[in-house]
Amino acid sequence: MYSNKVMDHFQNPRNVGEIVDADGIGEIGNPRCGDIMKLWIKVENGYIVDAKFKTFGCGAAIATSSIITELVIGKTIEEAEQISDQAVVEALDGLPPLKMHCSNLAAGALKKAIADYRNKQNVS
Amino acid sequence: MELIYLDHAATTPIRSEVMEAMLPYLTDKFGNASSIYGWGRQARKALDDARASVAEIIGADFNEIVFTSSGTESDNMAIKGAAWEYRNKGRHIITSSIEHPGVLNTMKSLEKEGYEVTYLPVNAQGLICVDDFKQALRDDTILVSIMHANNEVGTIQPIAAIGQIAHEHGIIMHTDAVQTAGALEVDVNELNVDLLSFSAHKFYGPKGVGALYIRKGIRLVPLIHGGNQERRRRAGTENTAGIVGLAAALELADKERPEFTGKMIHLRDKLIDGILKIPHTRLNGSRTQRLPNNVSVCFEFIEGESLLLNLDMQGIAGSSGSACTSGSLEPSHVLLALGLKHEIAHGSLRLTLGKDNTEAEIDYVLKALEPIVHRLREMSPLYHS
Repeated sequence: MYSNKVMDHFQNPRNVGEIVDADGIGEIGNPRCGDIMKLWIKVENGYIVDAKFKTFGCGAAIATSSIITELVIGKTIEEAEQISDQAVVEALDGLPPLKMHCSNLAAGALKKAIADYRNKQNVS
Repeated sequence: MELIYLDHAATTPIRSEVMEAMLPYLTDKFGNASSIYGWGRQARKALDDARASVAEIIGADFNEIVFTSSGTESDNMAIKGAAWEYRNKGRHIITSSIEHPGVLNTMKSLEKEGYEVTYLPVNAQGLICVDDFKQALRDDTILVSIMHANNEVGTIQPIAAIGQIAHEHGIIMHTDAVQTAGALEVDVNELNVDLLSFSAHKFYGPKGVGALYIRKGIRLVPLIHGGNQERRRRAGTENTAGIVGLAAALELADKERPEFTGKMIHLRDKLIDGILKIPHTRLNGSRTQRLPNNVSVCFEFIEGESLLLNLDMQGIAGSSGSACTSGSLEPSHVLLALGLKHEIAHGSLRLTLGKDNTEAEIDYVLKALEPIVHRLREMSPLYHS
């Protein structure tokens, strides 16, 4: 039911972990619903230079988390915030219909991490 | 890669002896049991023999067995059939909160017709309290339906005690015995039941065939109208091969039960004890009132589907009650009824043994499981090692 790409990212998730001195952190989901994702980003000169994640969730939730870290690293903040849930789905060669909400999770965590980054910039 | 099937509560393969018994009725002995000539008589004889054999094993009479297409059809036939037949006596039904969807959704459909249904709670082990049942009885209660053993957590209910009380009040007692027929000794008189459902594919018989025991004197409005098959209780040309297979499989299960039960309990307990050595892990259901083949556990901080996918990659087939495996956003209603929090219920794993599982397979599973759980926890934002 999952594409090879999804299974690859599920089996060998990229960028698992936390960034201690992260510039932005986004958390989304609810353990009640069975999925929660946390995304850390490191930003230098307007570019996302590192991203890491931790996810409690199904195979699709882990794969979307993994792929979004790959999608954002090397992008500017402005480019990264354009990444839609559809882009996440396409990067994984599709998701089963029942798992589409997992792509919202990844894109949503990214948006929250960017908002957190901007917030911190404004404060300092 | 070694392939280890540990989902026997979902379904089992057809045993070779059973398939051999069935094959003639799919080929040469293809007749319609309602026909008068030789082919027809051959099929009729096969049905009669199967019915007599099934009846004897569960302590019933020949005419008290009706063959159906599945456990779910048997549940529907028993519950709707009795509710409709006795609707002028009352409209109240008692069931439990942990029934199989075959019962639960049948109850929901009757509620839409104006019936009132009481869903009895269960304790943390998944057991119904007989006193709760007594409290729920009303003057207009016409039917009780409580499963013999739960398909997810394996808890065996005190059916005989509940059935006795139901009978003292003149109420019809149904049990869904889909998980227990073949696995435990099932005798309709010892259990004090009037209606009992079961399905062949849970005990090494074919899919697509089930049975309903209907105690003499109990009338049911049929679900399927048509010809005179099954004494007009269930129309449609009989599935001769399937019915022969059901009876052959039940006979074998009944004969071999003493041999397999002890072995299965040993492997079950080894699996449970081994899994519980992993920290933040709990057993679901009762340690003592438990099906011989059922292991159900929850691993905190991880989600069931990702666990199943990892096990599958190592050749191990199991199941889970997480939302992602149920196709809805809610985890299993059974685990929630046991009082588990949502996030814990999402991390459930059910492994159900069969007669051919070996000690070496259990060792392999235990060895594979620990690193998988560890890896998923390391990935989980809920886990802080």
